Amino acid sequence: MVFQRKHILGLEELDAREINLVLDTAASMKEVSERDVKKVPALKGTTVVNLFFEPSTRTRSSFEIAEKRLSADVLNFTLSQSSVIKGETLLDTARNLEAMGAGVIVIRHSMSGAPWLLAKELHSSIINAGDGSHEHPSQALLDLFTIREIKGEIGGLVVVIVGDIRHSRVARSNIWGFLRLGAEVRVVGPATLIPKEIEYMDVKVFYTLEEALKDADVVIMLRIQMERQGSEYFPSLREYSKFYGLSREKLRIAKDDVSVMHPGPINRGVELSSEVADDVNSVILDQVSNGIAVRMAMLYLVASGGRNV
Amino acid sequence: MKLLIKSGRIIDPSRNIDRVENILIEEGKISSYPAETKKLEKDKKINLIDASGKTVSPGFIDMHVHLREPGYEHKETIRTGCEAGAAGGFTSLVCMPNTNPINDNASVTEYILLKARKEGIVNVFPIGAITKGEKGESLAQIGEMFEAGCVGISDDGMPVMNSKVMRHAMEYVRPFNIPVISHAEDKNLSGNGVMNEGFFSNKLGLGGIPNASEEVIVARDITLAELTGVHLHIAHVSTAGSVRLIREAKARGIRVTAEATPHHVMLTDEAVLGYDTNAKVNPPIRTAEDVEFIRDGLKDGTIDAIATDHAPHSEDEKKVEFDLAPFGISGLETALPISLKLVTEGVLTLNQLIEKLTFNPAQIVNIDRGTLMVGAKADLVIFDTEKAFTVDRMKFRSKGKNSPFHGWKLTGHVEYTIVGGEIVYSA
Repeated sequence: MVFQRKHILGLEELDAREINLVLDTAASMKEVSERDVKKVPALKGTTVVNLFFEPSTRTRSSFEIAEKRLSADVLNFTLSQSSVIKGETLLDTARNLEAMGAGVIVIRHSMSGAPWLLAKELHSSIINAGDGSHEHPSQALLDLFTIREIKGEIGGLVVVIVGDIRHSRVARSNIWGFLRLGAEVRVVGPATLIPKEIEYMDVKVFYTLEEALKDADVVIMLRIQMERQGSEYFPSLREYSKFYGLSREKLRIAKDDVSVMHPGPINRGVELSSEVADDVNSVILDQVSNGIAVRMAMLYLVASGGRNV
Repeated sequence: MKLLIKSGRIIDPSRNIDRVENILIEEGKISSYPAETKKLEKDKKINLIDASGKTVSPGFIDMHVHLREPGYEHKETIRTGCEAGAAGGFTSLVCMPNTNPINDNASVTEYILLKARKEGIVNVFPIGAITKGEKGESLAQIGEMFEAGCVGISDDGMPVMNSKVMRHAMEYVRPFNIPVISHAEDKNLSGNGVMNEGFFSNKLGLGGIPNASEEVIVARDITLAELTGVHLHIAHVSTAGSVRLIREAKARGIRVTAEATPHHVMLTDEAVLGYDTNAKVNPPIRTAEDVEFIRDGLKDGTIDAIATDHAPHSEDEKKVEFDLAPFGISGLETALPISLKLVTEGVLTLNQLIEKLTFNPAQIVNIDRGTLMVGAKADLVIFDTEKAFTVDRMKFRSKGKNSPFHGWKLTGHVEYTIVGGEIVYSA
């Protein structure tokens, strides 16, 4: 099968075959990462720009390592050095980078839909590295990759996503990804953070963590933005943690071999207790290392059109 | 100059007329309805328009437009806005005060009217602000603006969030007998919302504006209208709940009128998919259920008028991140064909539609237009209800090309627009 897409913008638009192709490609890329010389010439001569309008050291670093392992020429363009401050529009900034020869633009932006604007107006391939509250496809793909590696099969699993569903791009991408591959997806969190009509996305909605965890194979803990505490969404981190934080005790409700995930960075003692974060069920560090292989696969597929898969 | 319009189907809801007649216009006024035209046709001093097979009605009155001048001339000017209006069959435009400076005092009102006299090819009737700077704090120079020619007051674009200020505005304006036009929106509930709250906002990860954001202010303003006895007009009704509230208020005899826009009766929030900023508008395009309620409201008379909320913006302003794009749709040049779909879809009769585009808005803002009775100002539109065309937003006369209807195949085409007996537009 050939990957037909020029861009990877979100999981919503990918079908199961396309997702599996990315995951299969990531498996071969992981093999590259385990060699002594962790480098292949696949993107030699291709310029990849990491266009980051939000600070995100880990996603940018992961993309940068992936790009370098594929031998791409890498340019990091982040908010502090960008011309946004000078009043340039997103499109003008991106067009300038394209004029400098960017073949692939990896964009992180605080506003939903920004990568779509670039895909509509530019010739470069666009990879969405997270847009507003919308999608974070590389995160969801690495979550799927990690779970597929551990459980063998995604279909039939019960996946619970916990926390700030309303503002989370990780939640949206994971909902689409896990649903496409046949899992049952549950969301749980304070009612203020569960958006209206989310059930029409074919997820099950819960408001108590204990209920949601029953028979769970995978638990994805979302990061709580510190600025939300004391706002109208919930009273305090302490209360949030009491009701929606994952302790070892609550984790016992899930299946014995449950995998606990977190996109990072973790607020220890808020979303999950330290003992859970460092528990054998925690796959948080696997997520991080798999992230590189998955991002290599994404870059490779959009840049080469998957011709040599 | 005299003008004879021959054999058109005259629809004039102000007099309950729908029949084929000839109209003679002299000195800018409707002069007579001659049964015999042979002699007039031979008169070289009389221009002749053969309107056979066409509909002739009072010129449309758009009681909700943004002409952007003064201050935002890159979006629209009084000249281009009037040209767009004429092309859409509108002979009168009622323009909102959120210009720069805001029309909150008589000098701005006079500037708008002066510009309109010099450059506008259709009639312009300004709306004054309710509060100074549309800040919602202290009353604008309402009396002087009324004297200068304002036909209503509104802080359109911004609600008056302070209920006490709104109450006093309603009390103060009552003796002038002009309506208070409410942009009903609770800004706190809207928050950072940029589209309708629901499945699609969820899917797109965009901030949602709940129906309640509009409805709580509609309910409040109806309550205040009852308290003060003012004529309240609800602008751009977008939700099912608002229709219910207005219907109930009318049944109780409260002086409330309402308008709906063509986009709110023809589109659902799915139009935003793909982050189409041309479908970003406030109030947002809602769901099929809301559309159904608004259509019912038009049908049973709960909603009196169709107004476009013509809100032109430049291409550059709309070609940005969805969150950053300004709200608004350029509506003057698609209003007739979009509204005619309400006729073909059986919601309104052609007569009812024309009433909502002519006589009713004239009554709401109390202007001597919207009728073709003998002696009335000769503002007319002649249009072809059958002629099909494809919307090309780049061909708009308006500077605002921001239309979600681009590429739509529609029927209903304006052939002539006549203001004060002069042809200001012909296809």
